[in-house]
Amino acid sequence: MRIVVCIKQVPSTEAKVQMDPVKGTLIREGVESVVNPFDEYAIEEGVRLKERYGGEVIAVSMGPPQAKDALRQALAMGADKAALLSDRAFAGSDTLATAYTLSLAIKKLGEIDLVICGKQATDGDTAQVGPGLAQRLGFRQLTYVCKVREINLEGKKIVVERLLDEGVQVAETTLPALMTVVKDINQPRLPNVISIRRAARTEIPIWGPQDLNGDQAKFGFDGSPTQVVRIFTPPPRAGGQILEGEVPEVVSKLLDALSSQQVISI
Amino acid sequence: MDFDLNEEQQMIKKMVADFADKEIAPVAAQYDQEEKFPEEIVKKMGALGIFGTVIPEEYGGGGFDYISHALVAEELGRVDSSVRGIYSVQISLVTLSILRWGTEDQKRMYVPRLASGEILGCFGLTEPNSGSDVASMQASAVLDGDSYVLNGNKMWISNGCADVALIFAKTDKSAGHRGITAFIVDTKTPGFSSRDIHGKLGLRASSTAELILEDVRVPKENVLGNPGDGFKVAMSALDNGRYTVAAGCVGTAQGCYDVAKKYALERVQFGKPIAGHQLIQEHFAEMAINIDAGRFLVYRAGHLKNKGVRCTREVSMAKLFCSEMVNQVAYRAIQIFGGYGFSNEFPVERFYRDARINTLYEGTSEIQKLIIASGDLGVSAFV
Repeated sequence: MRIVVCIKQVPSTEAKVQMDPVKGTLIREGVESVVNPFDEYAIEEGVRLKERYGGEVIAVSMGPPQAKDALRQALAMGADKAALLSDRAFAGSDTLATAYTLSLAIKKLGEIDLVICGKQATDGDTAQVGPGLAQRLGFRQLTYVCKVREINLEGKKIVVERLLDEGVQVAETTLPALMTVVKDINQPRLPNVISIRRAARTEIPIWGPQDLNGDQAKFGFDGSPTQVVRIFTPPPRAGGQILEGEVPEVVSKLLDALSSQQVISI
Repeated sequence: MDFDLNEEQQMIKKMVADFADKEIAPVAAQYDQEEKFPEEIVKKMGALGIFGTVIPEEYGGGGFDYISHALVAEELGRVDSSVRGIYSVQISLVTLSILRWGTEDQKRMYVPRLASGEILGCFGLTEPNSGSDVASMQASAVLDGDSYVLNGNKMWISNGCADVALIFAKTDKSAGHRGITAFIVDTKTPGFSSRDIHGKLGLRASSTAELILEDVRVPKENVLGNPGDGFKVAMSALDNGRYTVAAGCVGTAQGCYDVAKKYALERVQFGKPIAGHQLIQEHFAEMAINIDAGRFLVYRAGHLKNKGVRCTREVSMAKLFCSEMVNQVAYRAIQIFGGYGFSNEFPVERFYRDARINTLYEGTSEIQKLIIASGDLGVSAFV
């Protein structure tokens, strides 16, 4: 089974990220970078599926040269190979151009059974690249997967559980497929000393536009129709209301409040 | 010169930092209060290969360099000195000593199992009446046929619950320090027993014991180095041990700094966070400078270790400075916390108690000064 995990390097969720009000972009200088937390679940799931069904895991990322650190983390966690898409021509990619570029890289890797992505990145929060990538590859897509029940490699089938607002949905589709995963799917492992050593020694090829068989006009800024009109920090959430008094009284007030706001109907 | 950590050094630092924050920090206070040896944590460290960091790959280790070794000690020390101590004893005092002095059979027999954490090691040098004055030790080893018979007591032994012990004993009582021999002893050998020591000021989660040897038979093949080499074995072991003690001190000092910083930014007095008060800032400036100075002394020693050159002097300088420094930093951190620092509600109280041992074990500060100065001056201050 050949699995590709797509990962993104993002500013640390613990760092205080500031916006450039003019360019409408994140100020990344001096901010620690980490693997997008949702992608860590994707890496872990890829490695677990490899351990269960055999095969190999290839980690792919698009970003600046330092995104190699994110790929090393994937290798240390058990990915077998990695490739970085990095070139000035890719700079300024929106989700459309990113999905396009990643799809070319995955095609270059040959026959793939499963692509795994985190459900979204914690910086842009769009959740578009996974589905966009599935579309470009012509793969079936399974979003918000919280459990892989079974993969039948001979029958080319996968059965998963999807975590939806209303509950859990069991879905079955054919391989090759792409799934995006939520944090309930697993607990990512810490890499061990020996795997860190191996990861540090593994060569990570850097691919540019010349390595991908694609339409140059669809790369980077030129291939990105999205225009950011304005970027701002949403106002902090207003404080909630604290109901005070004896329990029966508070419960009755709470029920009134919830029904008046149509959260529940009595 | 290059002050940057390389890729693999950054990766191992991050892994151990994550491990320390997720697995050790939440339970450290409890183990400390209960004086409980953190067996579960040690098992997990073994599974992650942490005890093999600086051990060559051919013996089951990670093959990392000495800077990485220091980084591991630093990250463990930042969260829990007891766990850092377990790491130091296992890898620096025991495993590296067998690697340096052992026969190929001894290395194959012990090093991979120590590196994987399958077995735990301890280092039996100090005795009830022999601390700084190593040559005055009373433990004896008498050759009888194909084995030595060991008798004596060893005191304040960290990892007292170990599976294998390096025991130092006199094979020639008339030869002073040249009469000492090192032995690799299975702690399950008949006649070998231990008594746990409780009621310590700090390092309460580490297992400290008195080892009692009564006619313990050790095969001749278990002599580490040659008979009479024991003092050299012990001194080279302490060179490695002091290095990780120093790195651990840097980590604990960093831990103090980190919690004090968080507190000072939140605690409001006189209408603003205390971090904005000038005398509090003085504490932070002094802490920051001294932590970095200690860290660089450790990394310089590590750099020399990587080159494979003798660096007893530089290691002693790092150990002396860092062990004194961490006590000063912990003092300042509690000063910043005020009354809250005096309570075990915050980890700084534990850091303060744990810091104290560092100027005492693996050579007191006074002994470090004699090593540094007598080496430089060419005049020994030892008898």
